[in-house]
Amino acid sequence: MTACHECDLLLRELTLPITAGAVSCPRCGAVLYRVSHDALERTLALTCAALVLLLVGNLFPIVGLNIQGHHVETTVLGAARQLWRDDMPLVALVLLATTVLMPLIELCALAWLLLPLRSGRRPPGFVIIFRALQLAHPWAMVEVFILGVLVSLVKLSHLADVLPGPAIWCFGALMLVLTVLSSLLDHRALWQAWEAAQE
Amino acid sequence: MSAMSAREQGFALCEVCGRLGKVAESERCLRCGARLHYRRPSSLERSWALLIAAYALYLPANLLPVMETQSLFGVQSDTIMSGVAFLWHSGSWVLALIVFSASIVVPLLKLLSLTVLLISVQRRRPGPRLPRARLYRLLELIGRWSMLDVYVVAILVALVQAQSLATMAPGPGVLAFAAVVVLSMLATMAFDPRLIWDRVQNEEIRRESN
Ligand SMILES: [Zn+2]
Ligand SMILES: [Zn+2]
Repeated sequence: MTACHECDLLLRELTLPITAGAVSCPRCGAVLYRVSHDALERTLALTCAALVLLLVGNLFPIVGLNIQGHHVETTVLGAARQLWRDDMPLVALVLLATTVLMPLIELCALAWLLLPLRSGRRPPGFVIIFRALQLAHPWAMVEVFILGVLVSLVKLSHLADVLPGPAIWCFGALMLVLTVLSSLLDHRALWQAWEAAQE
Repeated sequence: MSAMSAREQGFALCEVCGRLGKVAESERCLRCGARLHYRRPSSLERSWALLIAAYALYLPANLLPVMETQSLFGVQSDTIMSGVAFLWHSGSWVLALIVFSASIVVPLLKLLSLTVLLISVQRRRPGPRLPRARLYRLLELIGRWSMLDVYVVAILVALVQAQSLATMAPGPGVLAFAAVVVLSMLATMAFDPRLIWDRVQNEEIRRESN
């Protein structure tokens, strides 16, 4: 027995309709859980790839400008620092949280949970780390950030020569990896693996 | 035969790990230890409070300048709307439409739809539930895209700072705007979509007992 988290319909698991790997609620259509083979394995691989992309993306400049022979460029951290200096500490925090901090928490939490589970061991602090993963997820907005970078590229192109930096490709790739990751990741599978694992 | 809700049978789904637990047996989830609730506690009150705060900031977010550009030609203040107009006049129509949707249409639509949802749940309005459930799911999906303009301002300000041609500084509008996005996301999270369906069952039960 289970219940739908969006409409509270009581359901018998065996009779649920499966559409394209996802099991959905017959009344409201919410996705209840996903069915896929070795999802944890693939999730872990994607998590590691995403972590590398996130770190590299934060080290290199996102956009550069050529104005009268001067070259200016900025990283995500640089943009946050500038907002902070311009008396916008809250906006700087929102920028940092949604593009760096929350994705980082999400990915680190996933790696922390998946690495031991893969070899059948229970990760320490499973419940707290899982909760962090759950809370961080809606606030990681890499895909929106990418669109923001594109819009500012267009706006700046009227002002000066614009050079897309290496980080923009990292963030683009990160966006794709995160999309696949969230379509694979199934919380139910994580808890089942945890139940099956040894203390 | 009507559909049974978990609550009517004394079951509650754990919000953390998704295990179905009988509340009479244990107030806490037997798997993860989280407290079990039939519905998110004071969901409507919290959702209303956050929504009203978001409404209050919506006008300043759209009227106050998000960016101030200082150049040889003087000072120019940009609001969200004038940013859209700039993109439109410079020929980037697709981008202008995207920014217009993400920054102006989506936030307003989100605030209004959440209001409609809250009122329909509170007043126990009859009618089909599925469209409301879908509306809620859509709200969860699109709300984040409004953060777009905050990122644009952040990048522009950081780049057009350290040179002589012009300086750009963030305006108070961007703070209000980010707050609207965050508050409306929190309001959507506080809302419990199961409330949309609750009345249906009561209606069916009454019909059956009559
Ligand atoms: Zn449902
Ligand atoms: Zn639980």
